[in-house]
Amino acid sequence: MSAGTMTGAPITPTTRQATHTPRRKRQGGGNPLVYLIALVVVAFTVGPVLYGVLGGFRTNAQLADKPAALPSPWVLSNYTGVLTNPDFWQYALNSTVIAVLTTAIVVVFGMMAAYPLARYQFRWREPLFMVFVLGLLFPATVAIIPLFILITKDLHMGNTWWGVALPQAAFALPMTVVILRPFLMALPKELEEASLLDGASRIGFFWRILVPLSGPGMVTVGVLAFVGSWNAYLLPLLLLQDDMKTLPLGVADFSSEHASDTAGVFAFTTLAMIPALIFFLALQKRIVGGLQGAVKG
Amino acid sequence: MTDVADDTTALRGDSVSPATSKPQAPAAGRASARPAGPGPGGRRRSRSSVRMRLEILFFVAPALLVFLFFVVWPIIKAVQFSVYRWKGYGPLVDFVGLKNYASVLQNDVFTGAFTHNIIIVVLSILIQLPLGLAIALLLNRKMWGQGVLRTIIFVPYVLAEVIAGVVWFQLLQPQYGVIDTILSAVGISGPEEGWLGTPDVALYTVIAVLTWKYLGLAVILFLAGLQGVPEELYEAAQIDGATWWQVQRKITIPLLGPTVRTWAFLSMIGSLQLFDMVWILTQGGPANATTTMATFLVNEGTKRSNYGIASAASVILFVVALVMALLYQFFILRRDVHDTPRKKAKR
Repeated sequence: MSAGTMTGAPITPTTRQATHTPRRKRQGGGNPLVYLIALVVVAFTVGPVLYGVLGGFRTNAQLADKPAALPSPWVLSNYTGVLTNPDFWQYALNSTVIAVLTTAIVVVFGMMAAYPLARYQFRWREPLFMVFVLGLLFPATVAIIPLFILITKDLHMGNTWWGVALPQAAFALPMTVVILRPFLMALPKELEEASLLDGASRIGFFWRILVPLSGPGMVTVGVLAFVGSWNAYLLPLLLLQDDMKTLPLGVADFSSEHASDTAGVFAFTTLAMIPALIFFLALQKRIVGGLQGAVKG
Repeated sequence: MTDVADDTTALRGDSVSPATSKPQAPAAGRASARPAGPGPGGRRRSRSSVRMRLEILFFVAPALLVFLFFVVWPIIKAVQFSVYRWKGYGPLVDFVGLKNYASVLQNDVFTGAFTHNIIIVVLSILIQLPLGLAIALLLNRKMWGQGVLRTIIFVPYVLAEVIAGVVWFQLLQPQYGVIDTILSAVGISGPEEGWLGTPDVALYTVIAVLTWKYLGLAVILFLAGLQGVPEELYEAAQIDGATWWQVQRKITIPLLGPTVRTWAFLSMIGSLQLFDMVWILTQGGPANATTTMATFLVNEGTKRSNYGIASAASVILFVVALVMALLYQFFILRRDVHDTPRKKAKR
């Protein structure tokens, strides 16, 4: 996957630009129309988000008086109210810790499991891989009730960070292994032979060669695991209470407890969505690439 | 030169078991492995294969244990719970066989939820496929701000369903919400109880919000699929005098087939498991008009502690998803496997 893009990249853009730009223009068929449609799509897409962000700068009186208007005057009290709310920071901390734990487990364990499944020859390799592939078929929803009982009653990890991170990681592992295995298989065999020649063991090869070379693959699965955990709702809803709640739970609670404080709800949701948005903008290519990889199978 | 020679002999000596060297100190391992292991090949091979098994165990065990413990075991437990009447305390003693399944399948709320899931599956694909395809085809050309556009279109997908749901819940408030305000400005008045409060329209409102949230994913995936269409085909079609629309209809869309089919599969599986958005927007109400199988089982499990009923519902949900996945695989995705050789044969 990466090798193909790496070798293909320097050639295609230049040829494409040289030969196809004029053709595309000729074929365009009403460029202004395309821009108009693009504008409508953008308005529909970001409109609600933008309305929420701006709504946070208004008062409830403004919102009730003219629902569709810009803030006048701009009010900061909603945002400062959320930012000085210790609950918000507690929820953000919980979300962060759980997402980091989930990501760490997924990346480390997933990488370790994908290595022999990709590069060792042994009898049970394909059946073992099938176990993980079949795992893709089991959504967390199906197991949610027994998971709830297992974690709260048997393990007494009810209201803890690990209690959420471990099952989340477990359900993210199949996808991780399925993405990482072909990635590790694609690394040239010569690398392995050369390092074994130099006296490295297979474990040494894993740590010194494979892990450093697998950066892009690990970032992809890591981002998918992180965003999945950050946005998760069902499992935290059943397992976490009070000051252990994550941001999605906090947002939902705030929305139902302060249903009449629309401006406050907008400010709270806006601040809660910022981390995911920043993370997404920074790593956009990886997320899209990972999803494409998943779709291509 | 001598180094190379040394390495090749080292290879010959160690080739059966390159793993006998110590992992922490590969350089030292090479030196020590040679005097240590000049024994007969058979013994060395078995030792190295034992070592390889240990390595496999070391690498796979953590992931496998976590997976077995938190995925497989709970699913087995779900099947077990589903044949008992159990309220969450005391031992599992009240074996009821398939009664839980019978009561779930005869429950109007569950059959309603199942119907809603199917409506959501079908409408999501019927709405998002043409819309996503149209947008992707329009955007698949050199234009100003293309990168920004792609980022923006993808934003709703990255937001948590909860956050999107809370924002939309406010937008959809009856009378005071911005949707009703805009609609009344053009002379349309929304339903009196609100879009989410009127049983007849609530489900379709939820589907509209879901479309907003997931259309971006369809567009992005289709755009990626379009990049895989070879440029030569466009050129050939153009030389033959095909119009833009003909090119899209005869070349682009058929070649996008595998991407579309896989996207539809993901969309279907996601729709069957839908929970977050419904829980935030309506909690399954009004009058159970928007329940899904997932909200049903969470309701039974957490609010009423009917763990047997909830587990039976979750097993049914899994079986439904599995059957639909297999049918889809058999009737639709199969074409992707058969397509390639057939095309090759034609050529």
